[in-house]
Amino acid sequence: MGDGTSIGRVRGLGSAHEGAHHWWHQRLTAGSNLLLVLWLMVSLLLLPNYSYETIATWMASPWVAVPLILFVVSVFYHFRMGLQVVIEDYQHDESRIVLIVLLNFFTIAASALAIFSILKIAFTAGAA
Amino acid sequence: MANVSKPARPLSPHLSIWKWGPSMAVSIIHRATGSGLATVGTILFVWWLVAAAGGPGTYADFTGMFTLESGALNIVGWVLGIGLTFCVFQHMMSGLRHLFLDMGANFELKSNKTTAYLTFILSVVLTLGFWLLMLEKWNG
Repeated sequence: MGDGTSIGRVRGLGSAHEGAHHWWHQRLTAGSNLLLVLWLMVSLLLLPNYSYETIATWMASPWVAVPLILFVVSVFYHFRMGLQVVIEDYQHDESRIVLIVLLNFFTIAASALAIFSILKIAFTAGAA
Repeated sequence: MANVSKPARPLSPHLSIWKWGPSMAVSIIHRATGSGLATVGTILFVWWLVAAAGGPGTYADFTGMFTLESGALNIVGWVLGIGLTFCVFQHMMSGLRHLFLDMGANFELKSNKTTAYLTFILSVVLTLGFWLLMLEKWNG
């Protein structure tokens, strides 16, 4: 199925049965990463200093906490796809499967930790 | 998978075979900076957030890893700070160049080579600019 029949060609499905989904999402998140990384770097440069109080107060604003969570989602999804390709290029035996499973664990654990921490600061720093 | 027996089969040419050029350097450095950011960058970023979520004490432990008593950056802070900033900008500039290549543009030898050099020049300039502004805050 895929590139053999006309319907397969219309659906854009290749031999991997998922078409250009991976490729397209890598580009889509490249665009959102560009915006979010620039936002984060400019925001950090605009802070008066980098003390705990400054960072916690800054992160308590919805205008910081929400883009920061979007940053985690976009950047982590992008790097998960990128590292998957690196693993697929260099690992040809069973270690490929093991590494991709580890990559998934790493990405999910890191994003859960990051998002929980942002929310904790956002929901408690303002109240203190 | 394909490793049932291993006769001396010809391998496809790799980094050690090709003559190095700017386009090839940008390509492999895009992968290297991306992998570095995804691992070292992610660990430090998540550690920073978790440290901040823990309160002033754990945040001070985190910043203490990268600063001297005086509050100035120590050697680890300098290397990771400058290194990761360069990785971000190099990956960003190379990524932007890639989006044009994906549209089928910029494959002419001359412009392809020029933009390859440009990614390095811009990322060095942006890294220096970012840290000059950053250090002004840090010291002031």
